[in-house]
Amino acid sequence: MGDRDLWLFIDFGSTFTKVVAVDPATETIRARVQAPTTVATDITEGLGAALRALEREVGTGATYARKLACSSAAGGLRMVTVGLVPELTSEAARLAALGAGAKVVGTFSYKLPASDLARIKDLGPDLILLAGGTDGGNEEVILHNARGLAELDLAAPLIVAGNRVVADEAAAILRAGGKEPVVADNVMPEFGRLSVEPVRERIREIFISHIVKAKGLQAAERFVEGIVMPTPNAVLNAAVLLADGCPGEPGLGELVVLDVGGATTDVHSVARGAPTDAGVVVKGLQEPYAKRTVEGDLGVRYNLWNVVEAMGGAPHAFRAIAERFARDVATTPQTAEEAAVDAALATVAVGQAMRRHAGSVEVFYSAQGPISVVRGKDLRGVSVILGTGGPLVFSPRREAILRQACYDPAEQASLRPVDPRLYIDSAYTMFAFGLLGELDAKLAVRMLKRYCRPMDEGTGHGR
Amino acid sequence: MRARRRAETRTVVTGVIGADCHIVGNRILQMALEEAGFKVVPLGIMVSQEEFVKAAVETDAAAILVSSLYGQGELDCQGLRDKFEEAGLGRIHLVVGGNLVVGKQEWDEVERRFLAMGFNRAYPPGVDLRRVIDELRRDLGGPARDG
Ligand code: B12
Repeated sequence: MGDRDLWLFIDFGSTFTKVVAVDPATETIRARVQAPTTVATDITEGLGAALRALEREVGTGATYARKLACSSAAGGLRMVTVGLVPELTSEAARLAALGAGAKVVGTFSYKLPASDLARIKDLGPDLILLAGGTDGGNEEVILHNARGLAELDLAAPLIVAGNRVVADEAAAILRAGGKEPVVADNVMPEFGRLSVEPVRERIREIFISHIVKAKGLQAAERFVEGIVMPTPNAVLNAAVLLADGCPGEPGLGELVVLDVGGATTDVHSVARGAPTDAGVVVKGLQEPYAKRTVEGDLGVRYNLWNVVEAMGGAPHAFRAIAERFARDVATTPQTAEEAAVDAALATVAVGQAMRRHAGSVEVFYSAQGPISVVRGKDLRGVSVILGTGGPLVFSPRREAILRQACYDPAEQASLRPVDPRLYIDSAYTMFAFGLLGELDAKLAVRMLKRYCRPMDEGTGHGR
Repeated sequence: MRARRRAETRTVVTGVIGADCHIVGNRILQMALEEAGFKVVPLGIMVSQEEFVKAAVETDAAAILVSSLYGQGELDCQGLRDKFEEAGLGRIHLVVGGNLVVGKQEWDEVERRFLAMGFNRAYPPGVDLRRVIDELRRDLGGPARDG
């Protein structure tokens, strides 16, 4: 075919291995194919099947100059986070891990008793993040917890990101116990102030150096240049690129991404989230600019009964279809009825997930009038909401689903975007652009703007 | 460990308790404490008892300086010492000041009530902050920065 060089981006997902071929010269997507992920046997089998499908689409003459991958296969990056006070360093550690694309399987606080240590061992995380204390603050608890973790019969690497006065001491305790700790800057160096970037970096390094191998994914590295980050991290990267742009290529501005999946619903907000109203009192942690939350109980396949419960029950015909979805999690809707059930599930998942992600306002009545107390991110001013994930991208009702992420006048306490323009990840390739950003940020921003399309476009009454 | 501790400035937490919005005096207190070399964790206005406790746990604060200006100090401060006890910080140094009560009341009597509530020091309106800081240094003992 005499084809140009293409760049390949691969996502070893929990269910499907997706391959996206990008033509950097024309700035287009040449093909997007997928095949079931084969992590139980050999990851390269599923990859091989996907690549054969790719060949059918682009022909045999193509050469692939770059090949980068991300992964959420084999359970994803399963992390346990440990902090001191639940609302403070524990929450900071959890947010840092989520921002790095981890699946947080347990969060712990205060001095870990034997029962918590046993629980951590049972959870068998891939990586443990140990925080606690502001810089110059509490020393006792992080050292106590380091001693407990040092004795635990667990091979997982650890990151120490607490009170810097004793961080090295905590690492030494862990090392003496035969562990492999890495020290990072404190997740909460000062009271109320988060610093999640340094920890995110360390997590990514460890993901590349340890986790890929520990999960038996390194066989894939014979073919790809590297599995360079967890999949949710690639999506968050793409979200940041689309929002902020890069030098010479402007982005769309502050935005929210909703990623609906079979097992979870992820929300990413790339926004400062400062209060829109003057004179309000702000309480709680100052949340990260690029914030990711995962609703592990809100999926439209694996956790579908939680969603049905949140709907307040469902009629018989609905249940029958839902049961089929729950049984066969790889199923995509075939009939109009099935599509309606799928959409109803996604609608509830999106509403709930966004409600939990966005900040809230509570009004107190004092002698001299009402006082508003804001917690979390005020996202009312955000002007873009982008939908991604199979159940959303492929649904005929995606616009109605995404509307659930918006502000509701009947629920003023929830600070969701008031009047955003709704976009869709039209080719379902966000992860690929997040990886592309590693190679050429400017190209990634341009392609994101090309493939993330406003939903009102072409209707004749776009704003 | 103790030796390294000495090199750090001591941390104190400030905040205006309850539903109280008077921030000015509290900020002046914060500035005076910082001037005197303390590391201040300022919680601002409308601070609940729980917020004071959580901040102290995480920052290993040596003292808490509570402001109350709007007249409901007595109600807002009740049980604060118990909350610290509960969190394992029962011995923390608690100071309160501002306009602690409504109307003209004998200061000695007001002070007695706040000390009985578990505060180590209570100060009347218009107190000289230099006195407050001198007494704070003395009460905390240990490594006074300038002797
Ligand atoms: C400005 C003001 C307001 C402003 C506050 C603006 C703001 N965001 O700060 C507004 C208009 C919002 C307001 C509202 C109210 N206010 Co007003 N307000 C005042 C006023 C005029 C000045 C306060 C001030 O800033 N002073 C200047 C600072 C530097 O002084 P300070 O606050 O006293 O602080 C010094 C000391 O007290 C001390 N200090 C303070 N904290 C601490 C802590 C420690 C540990 C120590 C050692 C020392 C210390 O150090 C500071 C520096 O020297 C005072 C009257 C007055 N002249 O004091 C009334 C006053 C405090 N308010 C009062 C009242 C009743 C109210 C309201 C309830 C009125 C109402 N009915 O609506 C509301 C309450 C709202 C609420 N939820 O808090 C009363 C309180 C009565 C009482 N305690 O017995 C006062 C005293 C007026 C009065 N004489 O009636 N108020």
